[in-house]
Amino acid sequence: MSPLVSIEDLRVAFSGVPVLRGVDLTLQKGEALGLVGESGSGKSVTWLAALGLLPRHARVSGSVRLDGRELLGAPAAELDQVRGGRVAMIFQDPASALNPVLTIRRQLSEALALHRDLSGNAVKAEARRLLDLVGIPDAARRLEAYPHEFSGGQVQRIMIAMALAGNPDLLIADEPTTALDATIQAQILELLSTIRHEMNMAMVLISHDLGVVAENCDRVAVMYAGRIVEQAPSNQLFADPVHPYAQGLIGALPPLDGPRRRLTAIPGTVPDPAQMPVGCAFAPRCAMAAEACGVSAPSLAPIADDRAVACIRAEASRRALLGIAAE
Amino acid sequence: MNPPLVEVSAISRSYSMRSGMFGRAAAVHAVDGVSLTIRKGQTLGLVGESGSGKSTTGRIVLGLDPPDSGEVRFDGKPMATLGTAAWRAQRARMQMIFQDPLGALDRRLPVATQIREPLDIHGLGTAAEREDRVRELLRAVELTPAHGVRYPGALSGGQRQRIVLARALATKPDFLVCDEPVSALDVSIQAQVVNLLCDLQAQLGLTLLFISHDLRVVRQISTIVAVMYLGRIVEIGSADDLFARPEHPYTQALVSASPAPGRRSAGRIVLAGDPPNPAARPKGCAFHPRCPRAITRCASEVPALSAVDGDRQVACHLVTGTQARDAA
Amino acid sequence: MGRYFAIRIGRAALTIVLVVTFAFVVLRLSGDPALMILGPEAPPEVLAAFRKAWGLDDPIWFQYLDYFHAIAKGELGRSMRDGRPAIELVLERIPATLALTLPAFAFKVALGVPAGIYAALHRGSAIDRAVMMTAVAGFTVPSFVLALLLVLVFAVQLGWLPSGGQDSWRHAILPIATLSLGGAAVLARFTRSAMLEVLGQPYIRTASAKGVPWRKVVTSHALPNAAIPTVTILGFMVGTLIAGAVVVESVFAWPGVGRLLVVAVANRDLAVVQCILLLVAMTMVTSNLIVDFLYGFLDPRLRAKGAHA
Repeated sequence: MSPLVSIEDLRVAFSGVPVLRGVDLTLQKGEALGLVGESGSGKSVTWLAALGLLPRHARVSGSVRLDGRELLGAPAAELDQVRGGRVAMIFQDPASALNPVLTIRRQLSEALALHRDLSGNAVKAEARRLLDLVGIPDAARRLEAYPHEFSGGQVQRIMIAMALAGNPDLLIADEPTTALDATIQAQILELLSTIRHEMNMAMVLISHDLGVVAENCDRVAVMYAGRIVEQAPSNQLFADPVHPYAQGLIGALPPLDGPRRRLTAIPGTVPDPAQMPVGCAFAPRCAMAAEACGVSAPSLAPIADDRAVACIRAEASRRALLGIAAE
Repeated sequence: MNPPLVEVSAISRSYSMRSGMFGRAAAVHAVDGVSLTIRKGQTLGLVGESGSGKSTTGRIVLGLDPPDSGEVRFDGKPMATLGTAAWRAQRARMQMIFQDPLGALDRRLPVATQIREPLDIHGLGTAAEREDRVRELLRAVELTPAHGVRYPGALSGGQRQRIVLARALATKPDFLVCDEPVSALDVSIQAQVVNLLCDLQAQLGLTLLFISHDLRVVRQISTIVAVMYLGRIVEIGSADDLFARPEHPYTQALVSASPAPGRRSAGRIVLAGDPPNPAARPKGCAFHPRCPRAITRCASEVPALSAVDGDRQVACHLVTGTQARDAA
Repeated sequence: MGRYFAIRIGRAALTIVLVVTFAFVVLRLSGDPALMILGPEAPPEVLAAFRKAWGLDDPIWFQYLDYFHAIAKGELGRSMRDGRPAIELVLERIPATLALTLPAFAFKVALGVPAGIYAALHRGSAIDRAVMMTAVAGFTVPSFVLALLLVLVFAVQLGWLPSGGQDSWRHAILPIATLSLGGAAVLARFTRSAMLEVLGQPYIRTASAKGVPWRKVVTSHALPNAAIPTVTILGFMVGTLIAGAVVVESVFAWPGVGRLLVVAVANRDLAVVQCILLLVAMTMVTSNLIVDFLYGFLDPRLRAKGAHA
């Protein structure tokens, strides 16, 4: 099956400082992919770059293909068709994600007019249907309201309605519940999952919260300092993380049940992108780092059919395995 | 069992809030009849969503905000009047740390100076002793004197929170109120600070009031956990037991809403409706409009917090103790 | 909404009272008008008669109350120079001033706003830097320096335009240019920063992410939001239409309100000065009220607040 999106060696630099340092990622139709990592790991930048949403001074290179068509460097008109049409995006901060001076109806209709062949009353009817779909009560009247008249959770629902306006094949949800209370987060995640299944839509869920990603995604990619360090099916990643950073992240998460244990905190802090260490970016914080880790950066290499890790130790063990197999 | 250090009895606090700049003023019951006991060396975790009144409770316990009614006793004595010498002496024994360390620090002063500040204010020790104490505090929060000469802007978020912690510990307080101290930090840094807090508590015998929306962090650090909803405590009990076996429907929803690796969302309790508005609190049990199990009685009668079994207390008409529950 | 405006109108009235009081106090403290107007050689009995005629020998608080009483009745006093009603003197100068300030206002907006928007949209480009450098120069150079510079170049060196007077439309070009350039600079800088602020907002990214073409993102999402802070500075500029040209009118010998003010101050012609100050305060206050009203129109968040009252 040809992938919906394939990203190859995507690199982004802001005024000479690299923030994305070669990302390879594929996404199948209808798949839910989680992207986890701490702030500055490049998880949002990856998709903003893919859709051409970064500020002009960002230098982007590599390749991002949607159904085989290259998006990087594509003409603006073509990108405008993709954005909101084939690929929609929702963001973290609901309070500022909608234009404060325009009514909900105008903001929804705008998306409908751009990507659907609708006009006049049909636009309004569809806008109402979308609000109903995402669970905004009294949709007909609420269409005339402004963003500040809604709660954070409701605004995120409206954002989702707007994202659905173009019947996209892929929804990028960038920390969609980070700013929301726990019970509201549960509502939004449930809504996303229902809609995704109904519309057979692929989803990329970007989050710093391992739990959120684990529960809502088929596959997870862990990012660190502008690279993917491990990629695996959710259940496997959480049961058996291979990369020391992934292990560290999972160990740092306090359990909600069972016996309490001391958290395995990762020492130190994320490296400054302007002074990235030579070799593996995680080596300075890695308990298992060897001399070789400081020499060259390991590349993301498969360790099983559906798993890949960027770590020297994983490579060594794989080579050993291959060696045994060859004998 | 240790003697209580902080006893909070039936504190209430309401604000008058205008809707908009010139709207009608409405009374917002931020905290409504909250009672808590924190024993020496214990950590009490206070969880709740926005508008639950958990931060206001923390401020009242510290004496930063006076309660409209009710009383806070510290080490057996009532809180001294704000601004008096007795109050200052009491305040030196209790400290607070907040979510945003950058906001709590002065960007124009080296952090060591800021750690020393409480020592200067309370006139503790000679100049040389204060310098020693600052070095000792930096070491206690796992930083070096080299960090001390830096300005807040030159430190990472986790390091800044350590500085705030060091400053809070300068006067050797007995009691620390932590309001969302790790919420702004990345997971790996969060774990560092949580571990540090646990270690310091064990070493120094600190008593903590730990306020957070994050159930996992609260469980990790707390002995007792209280769950707040719209200004009231709806459930309180020992940390491990409470999260393993929540009784109040709201606690159950909260625990269920907390995502866990390795568990898919099947069987999750998803509450309907928005987080409630403290200015328009529903009659009866404040939770009843969102409660999946609400009965008619819930809409008219406020349930009292009552002991269920062991050390668990629940404020719910449907939870009335072991026998009643078994019969149901 | 009613209360919102009542508070603002009350505040406006208070502003006017303060301005009048300030003017009264400063002018009375800085010298004896009788001496100023009649000269130091005037005989004492003439001075006394003058003081009596104008009420200058009454206690100062009485003069103050008297003045307010008169204003309340719409009497703004008479010029101590020629005895004509002060308001008449001022009103007949207004058209001349507006002949400069109105076109200048139009030019400021026409130049400053687009320059600011363009600079913001092309941040860091050569044009942005040029606009910003011009803008900084435009409002750091005082208007009398700019005026003299323009006179030097266009009147003295090139001889294209007259250096002063009010005989033809050509006389207005240099004063209008002086007023426009400074104002346009302020406006360009302000618009640029308002626009940059808005362009950095998440809702702009939301609009792009839903496939709105960039042109439309700018026109239908960014501009309406950037207009809100820009209206403040425009309101301020409307407020200066009457008396914003004091320096320029003096340099170019343009017989407007500004020059009248300079002459009246020099002569201690109290009634005229107070009349002009009152007029200025009222235009300022009115334009502020208009700005408040426009805010309500542009920003639904404020409108909602008003609706609750």
